[in-house]
Amino acid sequence: MSSIAPPSESETAVALPLGSGRRFEFNLRASGIYLAFAAIVVLFDILTHGLLLTPENVSNLIVQNSYILVLAIGMILIIIAGHIDLSAGSVVAVTGAISAVLMVNHHMSWPLALIITVIAGAAIGAWQGYWVAYFGLPAFIVTLAGMLVFRALTMTVLGNQGIGPFPDQVRTLSTGFLGSTFGNVGLGPLGGADLFTLIVGVLAVLAAVAAQWRARAAKLRYGQHAESAVLFAAKMALMAFVVLGVIVQLARYKNLPWVLVLLTVLVLGYSLVASRTVFGRHVYAIGGNPQAAVLSGVKVKKVTFWIFVNMGVLAAIAGVVFAGRLNQAGPTAGTNFELDAIAAAFIGGAAVTGGVGKVVGAITGGLIMGVINNGMSLLGAPSERVMLVKGLILLAAVAFDVWAKRRAGTAR
Amino acid sequence: MDVILKMAGITKTFPGVKALQDVNLEVKRGEIHAICGENGAGKSTLMKVLSGVYPHGSYDGEITFDGEVCAFGGIRDSEARGIVIIHQELALSPHLSIAENIFLGNERVRRGLIDWHRTNAEAAELLARVGLKENPTARVSDLGVGKQQLVEIAKALSKKVRLLILDEPTAALNDDDSEHLLDLLRGLQSEGVTCVIISHKLNEIEAVSDSVTILRDGRTIETLDFHTQSVTQDRIITGMVGRDLEHRYPEHSPTIGEEVLRVEDWTVFSPTQRGRKVVDGANLTLRRGEIVGLAGLMGAGRTELAMSVFGRSYGVDITGRIVKDGKEIRLRSVDEAIKHGIGYATEDRKRYGLNLIDDIKRNISAAALGKLADRGGLVDPRKEYQVADKYRADMNIKAPAVTAVTGKLSGGNQQKVVLSKWMFADPDVLILDEPTRGIDVGAKFEIYTIINRLADAGKAVLVISSELPELLGICDRVYAMSAGRITGVLERDRATPEALMTLMTTASVVDTEVTAEEVLHTPEPALEADAVPVQEKEQS
Repeated sequence: MSSIAPPSESETAVALPLGSGRRFEFNLRASGIYLAFAAIVVLFDILTHGLLLTPENVSNLIVQNSYILVLAIGMILIIIAGHIDLSAGSVVAVTGAISAVLMVNHHMSWPLALIITVIAGAAIGAWQGYWVAYFGLPAFIVTLAGMLVFRALTMTVLGNQGIGPFPDQVRTLSTGFLGSTFGNVGLGPLGGADLFTLIVGVLAVLAAVAAQWRARAAKLRYGQHAESAVLFAAKMALMAFVVLGVIVQLARYKNLPWVLVLLTVLVLGYSLVASRTVFGRHVYAIGGNPQAAVLSGVKVKKVTFWIFVNMGVLAAIAGVVFAGRLNQAGPTAGTNFELDAIAAAFIGGAAVTGGVGKVVGAITGGLIMGVINNGMSLLGAPSERVMLVKGLILLAAVAFDVWAKRRAGTAR
Repeated sequence: MDVILKMAGITKTFPGVKALQDVNLEVKRGEIHAICGENGAGKSTLMKVLSGVYPHGSYDGEITFDGEVCAFGGIRDSEARGIVIIHQELALSPHLSIAENIFLGNERVRRGLIDWHRTNAEAAELLARVGLKENPTARVSDLGVGKQQLVEIAKALSKKVRLLILDEPTAALNDDDSEHLLDLLRGLQSEGVTCVIISHKLNEIEAVSDSVTILRDGRTIETLDFHTQSVTQDRIITGMVGRDLEHRYPEHSPTIGEEVLRVEDWTVFSPTQRGRKVVDGANLTLRRGEIVGLAGLMGAGRTELAMSVFGRSYGVDITGRIVKDGKEIRLRSVDEAIKHGIGYATEDRKRYGLNLIDDIKRNISAAALGKLADRGGLVDPRKEYQVADKYRADMNIKAPAVTAVTGKLSGGNQQKVVLSKWMFADPDVLILDEPTRGIDVGAKFEIYTIINRLADAGKAVLVISSELPELLGICDRVYAMSAGRITGVLERDRATPEALMTLMTTASVVDTEVTAEEVLHTPEPALEADAVPVQEKEQS
């Protein structure tokens, strides 16, 4: 549910101690992105006469954008730490190619091939992490080189041709749906819907509300400022409406896509890593002021190294998902994916100077671009116009961020 | 002397804050006029109003310069009238030459092209005027801070300056450079340039100024004339803080315990200049409950010594021994230093001490985040809030909540956040590098009190400071460094500014009554140490 309904996510997994004193001010900046997302969804739904939010299209939106969203999770951590990764698209291609060679040419069992591919991704990340963290080269240069190197490796591995088809299980991960466990129920005028999906959706909403309620209660107990009960209820109601709305559409179409399950796990897990673990907090500290982080005992090199390894792992996962979706690994796979992932992170509120950003924000940023892509193609817009709009959205989002920061007067 | 500048009834309001309220300032032609006030008193705001940074119309009141009412729309307007401001943070372009910097925005041009001959020749003349013996084509980044300051003044002179405003000009300078700068101001005065100088260093104001205007909370408190009144530093402080500071340093009777840290034969080489010894065979010991000073001029190697001990965060080819609680330890990283109970609060808190875009509580927890983790390894945000809030109350950090961003706090409050961070990390040895730099008098007293509390809690505190009175006022023992060597150590009762200054300026280890060696080998009964400092208070 998380990837579809970011507003709810911001409330559940990221029960961030963002700040009571500045809560409202921050909220405007932080929730601006969610409001923008909602506005874009509504706009395109109206323009497409409801085509955007049909059961099939909602499902497509998730499946189509899943690999960018997986990349965006890794990218946001790198950007928070004040670095950048331009090689992600090439790493997607090379890991997809590796998995194809293993599964298709060598007929390796798919779980083993998947593990080897992920290890290859980690090794690629370690290579880049070494140069950035320990050798001290700018990530921009290291990953620009990586972009060329790993594209070249892709072509070498593939012998300059596409390799496929993939085993059914891998294709299921990319494009398949969970099986129907409890059968269908009738939803009156909406027709039949999968019962299991609906149950999962209701449980997710209940869990989210419970987590939020506990966080709010704890805040009040410690005398911190918390939002009023009415505002809280309104937010929860809105969250439930959005999540359940998406869930119902998915249930009416087929069921939960497997990639959505994967994404949900990743988003929840990485949100926790970013906001609550010592490692995650060190990533923010490094991005905010690297020298101060060093003098506070943060192992800056080690942390930097591992966020690149992490990026490699996520790129490998994205590589397999993407190859599975196309049912073949091609030499041009993943072209410009890194730019989409970077744009997602910045649209989602990451700061150009590092130290700021959220996993859920990056996911929302990715979805904004996904909805624009999807909505405009439903409208029959040519690709150059889609590109134009995406470019301007990116510019506007970062300009807004810089403007808001200047107004807040956090002089640096 | 007639009045060259008159600012009358200046009121400047920012959203929600009255930064200046009905401020009056009169500067006589050809004088050096000091402006004093605590941080946030409105000194810089007043100067920004004067120089047109805040244009006419954005404030109330009237500025009269040289008999004419002025309405500056920007810095260019004020500079055209000969009012030039030199900011605390120097505004030079490091990769350009001295001459290029001097004429930046004011280039010497002939037929649309830069006239290099004239540029460099005129620059050389200006450099001679400010007493800087450097080639005009030298790169600014190759100069020290003191010389860069002189380049700034040369740049001001190139604009036909009549009223020169200097904002904290000596804050980053060592005593020699400061002295030279003050001499230069006296020289300019004799050439007819009027100076307004903002400074925290009251001894310099006393030495150089003709009169001083004191601001407090955005209002003019008074203007004192050094020639007609007897103006003392205490008198100025009284005006600045609005109360008598009977003691600038809090009372403290130390309870000194056993040795906790010993650094032996510590040698450090510069990471940037090959083969240059920055610290040369330094020895020092710290005992529980003791506040130890480390005095030295800029470049003596104090910060380098401290940072190299703190997990080799500075320097290369470091040799020597560190003995902690009787056992030799090897510290390869800051992380290990912290684990062994050593903390270091940097001299430049904005650049190296704080994450300015993050809030107070996350800065306080930064050095000991592991303490806040629960069994699952997750940081407990509620515990973090409680801990930070406790320090906010204890340390009197003036902020609406611990969720306030540290970049918005005043210098004193930022320093309290840094100290809170290290108190939470709870080291046995805490090194404080210039803990009161850029902090106003009232907050300084609070910082001293906190340092005393740390010592009372059994920690050894090493204070690095460029202000000798401060070291003499709060330390039980003071080491002096010069050119990378520890040249001596003075017990509190034998430490005088003169004795310290002698040690700080000598080239080699001096055989004073007590040298570092002697102290190292003298067993120190706690009783004796107790007895010393009480009568000492008055002297400092």
